[in-house]
Amino acid sequence: MTGQYARQHLLAIAPLSRQEIESLLDLADTYVALNTQVQKKRDTLRGRTLINLFFEPSTRTQSSFELAGKRLGADVMNMSVAQSSVRKGETLIDTATTLNAMRPDIIVIRHQDSGAVALLADKVSCAVINAGDGAHEHPTQALLDALTIRRRMKRIEGLTVAICGDVLHSRVARSNVHLLNKLGARVRLIAPRTLLPIAAESWGAEVFTDMHEGIKGADIVMMLRLQMERMSGSFLPSTREYFHFYGLDAAKLKLAKPGALVMHPGPMNRGVEIDSAIADDVERSLIHEQVEMGVASRMAVLDALSRQLPNDPGRRS
Amino acid sequence: MSARTAIINARIVDPASGFDGTGSVLIENGAIADIGPRLFNDGKPTNAEIIDAKGQVLAPGLIDMRVFTGEPGAEHRETLKSASASAAAGGVTSIVVMPNTDPVIDDAALVDFIRRRAEATAKVHVYPAAALTRGLNGEQMSEIGLLKEAGAIAFTDGDRTIQSSLIMRRCLAYAANFDAQILAHVEDPWLAAAGQMNEGGFAARMGLGGIPSAAETIALERDLRLLELTNARYHLAQVSCAEALEALMRARQRGLKPTCAVSAHHLALNEQDIGEYKTFAKVSPALRCEADRKAMIEGVRSGQIDAIVSSHDPQAPETKRLPFAQAAYGAVGLETLLPVVLSLHHEAGIPLLDVLRCVTVAPANILRLPSGRLAKGAPADLVIFDMGSPRKIDPNEFHSHTKNSPFVGRLMQGRVLRTVVAGKTVFEG
Repeated sequence: MTGQYARQHLLAIAPLSRQEIESLLDLADTYVALNTQVQKKRDTLRGRTLINLFFEPSTRTQSSFELAGKRLGADVMNMSVAQSSVRKGETLIDTATTLNAMRPDIIVIRHQDSGAVALLADKVSCAVINAGDGAHEHPTQALLDALTIRRRMKRIEGLTVAICGDVLHSRVARSNVHLLNKLGARVRLIAPRTLLPIAAESWGAEVFTDMHEGIKGADIVMMLRLQMERMSGSFLPSTREYFHFYGLDAAKLKLAKPGALVMHPGPMNRGVEIDSAIADDVERSLIHEQVEMGVASRMAVLDALSRQLPNDPGRRS
Repeated sequence: MSARTAIINARIVDPASGFDGTGSVLIENGAIADIGPRLFNDGKPTNAEIIDAKGQVLAPGLIDMRVFTGEPGAEHRETLKSASASAAAGGVTSIVVMPNTDPVIDDAALVDFIRRRAEATAKVHVYPAAALTRGLNGEQMSEIGLLKEAGAIAFTDGDRTIQSSLIMRRCLAYAANFDAQILAHVEDPWLAAAGQMNEGGFAARMGLGGIPSAAETIALERDLRLLELTNARYHLAQVSCAEALEALMRARQRGLKPTCAVSAHHLALNEQDIGEYKTFAKVSPALRCEADRKAMIEGVRSGQIDAIVSSHDPQAPETKRLPFAQAAYGAVGLETLLPVVLSLHHEAGIPLLDVLRCVTVAPANILRLPSGRLAKGAPADLVIFDMGSPRKIDPNEFHSHTKNSPFVGRLMQGRVLRTVVAGKTVFEG
């Protein structure tokens, strides 16, 4: 079938076609259904080894991949590498080649440096999934966000999605801009100038520094997590000022389309980028649905990648 | 004064409209209700207090973008009350007060404090400038958005330059985000720390450490390059040397729109005025050489320099009666601002409209104030002065709390006859 995902890795959204993305979303839809069953187990990945290699601490992404792998029947190994013990350059590659020698089938990698996952993917023979590299990409987050939107709104084409917050440091924003653009949404970026990347206009998104303007008429408001270490630095003066001008509260949400939905990749800083009343509003907030879609999306990605793995029951080369 | 006041027989000089001629003004409810050469041609207005200006100059009240006070924290130097009395006596109807107080004005509640204190005690409009970085530490930007909402008119670290180019860049970007005005003091802190006066033969003979004018140019060039990246509203608080003004002009040629002011000190004095270690002439940036002073005057003449400020900085005797190197920087200037501005007309031959523009509509436009102009609907902030009257500067006549003026004993021209703020006379000379 044309447009089927036929790549060895999933490193970024940027190079993917609309058809590839949609095939992954279609596949994910089937896993959403499976995940509501008592019997959630498939043997799609039976006999396969999945390694979660996280150079940055993560709870939801790592457990989401772990569950996804286990539900598909893989043997899952979690390796959390404390940041302090990691050395850059040669050591990173050494880690990858060492793991590769253990003959895993799929490695899921998160790393604090942009491009690090692609660097490792180059050195291994198995499939690699980028679970977030620096401020570059987080492709499975964008897939799960798209799945969440598509299931709730029945479409993505033509929707206005306002992505608000620390765009500068956000891989979630970058992956989402790519994906939403490819699927025909109108994307807006809202951030103070200190947290806006240079030439963000050229990403195919409308850029706003005033949240009141940027949120007007949006179907979806996607809030980004503000990393606390940015707060006391020189990017922003304080959390209270940030919340006042860029935090999502009822007053600002009123400016969006009536019934506009709210997303957040988590973990949230309540009272910093989002008001608790909004985060907990089951009518408006898709935050828990995003987590649920995360498992299904990752199952779809693992499934799609495993189809490209050498499949004869004998020795893999 | 009643709600209606008419000033008649005035020589109206309004740089905003370019009008210089005889006429009258009608003031109602604190604003200019009518103005013009033919106003009251059909007879004096009834029901209004009449002030006969007797042909003296009536101009918009002066707007001074750079005033230091000691309130809060050093009230023995100057309070908002005494600074405003000094301003009123000098024909200044609006002052921008620097955040260099104790505590530093870096919090919305403190901006509110200054505004309330001023409302309760000051005779003239007081506009608080808030700190650009917290505690003026040059490290963490202040809450520019909240401070602006609280009423901060501009953002500045006062007499300090932010050392880190990265922090400065982010401050500029963040200020641009809120369309906030920056007032920048530019002086390379390391070069400045090595001296106390302008570098040159004079400082060398005196045995004093020199600060080269390059200290200003280097810091300014950096800021201008950062401005290119951020496009903020940037105002050079005080230009003092020819090279810095040239750097500013080059930036304007590149399409940037920085504005700048020069202090009255740098227009009227040069390094030689330090004489025998006179600490009242120790100001920051340092008084420069005569060529730089002349370049500043030419900058005003050509319009390259937008505004003139007093850089009023009251210092108590205990911080000035010290060896030159140990003495504090700063000089009072609110009551000598107008005479210095007029000297540019009397002595340098710059048209009166042009010199007054630098202390009225030009700063008003930079700060986006409705004042600084004589037009229907504008606030009735006015000054009537005798532009020719000679006087010897006598510190005992000063209304400021401290008297550290480098102009003491100097013969100057210009005497304020009346200062009106929001239609109310706040000073009569």
